[in-house]
Amino acid sequence: MNINNYFDYNATTPTDARVFEAMEDFYKEKFHNPSSFYREAGVVANEIENARENIAKLINCKPDEIFFTGSGTESDNLAIIGTVRKLKDKGNHIITSKIEHPAVLESCKYLEKNGFEVTYLTVDRDGLINLEDLKKAIKSSTLLISIMFANNEIGVIQPIKEIADIAKNNKILFHTDAVQAVGKLKIDVKDLGVDLLSLSSHKIYGVKGIGVLYKKKGLRIEPLIFGGGHENGLRAGTENVAGIIGTGKAAEIAMEEMETEELRIKPLREKIIKELFEKIPELILNSSATNCLYNTINISIKHIEGEAILALLDAHGMSFSSGSACSSKSLDPSHVLLAIGLEHAEAHGSLRISLGKYSTEEGVNKLIEVLPPVVERLRSMSPFWNKG
Amino acid sequence: MRYSAKVMEHFQNTKNYGKIDNANGIGKVGNTKCGDVMWIYLKIEDEIISDAKFETFGCVAAIATSSMAVDMIKGIKISEALELSNKAVTEALDGLPKEKHHCSVLAEEGIQAAIKDYYSKTTK
Ligand SMILES: Cc1ncc(COP(=O)(O)O)c(C=O)c1O
Ligand SMILES: [Zn+2]
Repeated sequence: MNINNYFDYNATTPTDARVFEAMEDFYKEKFHNPSSFYREAGVVANEIENARENIAKLINCKPDEIFFTGSGTESDNLAIIGTVRKLKDKGNHIITSKIEHPAVLESCKYLEKNGFEVTYLTVDRDGLINLEDLKKAIKSSTLLISIMFANNEIGVIQPIKEIADIAKNNKILFHTDAVQAVGKLKIDVKDLGVDLLSLSSHKIYGVKGIGVLYKKKGLRIEPLIFGGGHENGLRAGTENVAGIIGTGKAAEIAMEEMETEELRIKPLREKIIKELFEKIPELILNSSATNCLYNTINISIKHIEGEAILALLDAHGMSFSSGSACSSKSLDPSHVLLAIGLEHAEAHGSLRISLGKYSTEEGVNKLIEVLPPVVERLRSMSPFWNKG
Repeated sequence: MRYSAKVMEHFQNTKNYGKIDNANGIGKVGNTKCGDVMWIYLKIEDEIISDAKFETFGCVAAIATSSMAVDMIKGIKISEALELSNKAVTEALDGLPKEKHHCSVLAEEGIQAAIKDYYSKTTK
């Protein structure tokens, strides 16, 4: 594998070598259970607290507001289900959006089957929710608003501070799925005023299988996993120590390098968009929001299908993802692309290009060279392409 | 997604795609809503398929099955082509992932539709 040819950083990121190194000892000498009595266990417990501190710094909260979970998905589930279960005597309504990650949408669907009511806000062509719609959706029974910080498919960044203000003015709790935003954008939960925030280690050059939930001090929610009282009773189970240590290291590195990475990656994104639109006719830019993740590009390549594009790119050793139905486990194209108003065929023909730490000019040049003939070949087979 | 070597071979070195200008049977099946669309062009002479081509909007499985199916019906009798099953095409490709079966049914449907189109034109 050539890392230059990896364009799927929104799916996952490689573990940073420094993260891997920081973890190693915890698979060897420092294997002890942090809950045990002896001094070695105390050392491990301390290291976990250091990691917690590093993550707290990354989003500007207190360490005791950071809770480790088993994934970004679990953090979303815990934030949403845990909150409304705790507050169920006060109401039953949740507001979210149509373009959330399945970790949020499926939690909401589960709650709908269990007596809760959910409003799914629509979005505009850029993927933005409308704040007036949000205000109108609020009822006396509304317990929670959950709106993602940045979208994994099209990169749109929502007006989080404004949403938090609306929530606060209406005495409603606000959760944001910031899995795609943390490590890319500067986030200050105190300044933003969010109550709950989810993040995931493997999207920030950490490890798979570690999520984090920020929960504002004093806010009480129900756990989903019961047992020995770990994570202050919110998430039982002996800690994934090495994973937590690695996540702490990843947070530390993100703090240091985030800004320079943004400056490096932005022009690569701009170059890709410019060149592809020059070289390939009939493209649609789906990552069109003014406020968009600087690493994310999503285009629809009209008249062809996404999985076929992925397969031909894969034959060149290049990795991407698509919102087509045939590349998903379900038979539906991306709910996000449909929500921003694409036709089914346009959603099937989508290609997501997401950049990251090891993206280079060299890789970008190869993409610009390889994609146009791939598109041409598939279009030559398509009944919808006018070869004229 | 794990595809067989045969599937990838047919996908990457696709044969028989494009239009046939004087086709006398055309079948258009599938819809963009569920993902794949296949158009089959047949040139039929004396009840024999003398030429066959396809145009497909679709995934790897859809393109590979189009390519294979068209390969299998070239030069055979219409009556034989009508018996070509989706299963036979899939088997000739050394199988498809389970979740891809919905993409592969189009080849059989497309050929049937093209032959039906041929009959509707010739019996007029
Ligand atoms: C926006 C968003 N939320 C949640 C998740 C789930 O995170 P994890 O893979 O850690 O479960 C992802 C990852 O794909 C994501 O992009
Ligand atoms: Zn398909």
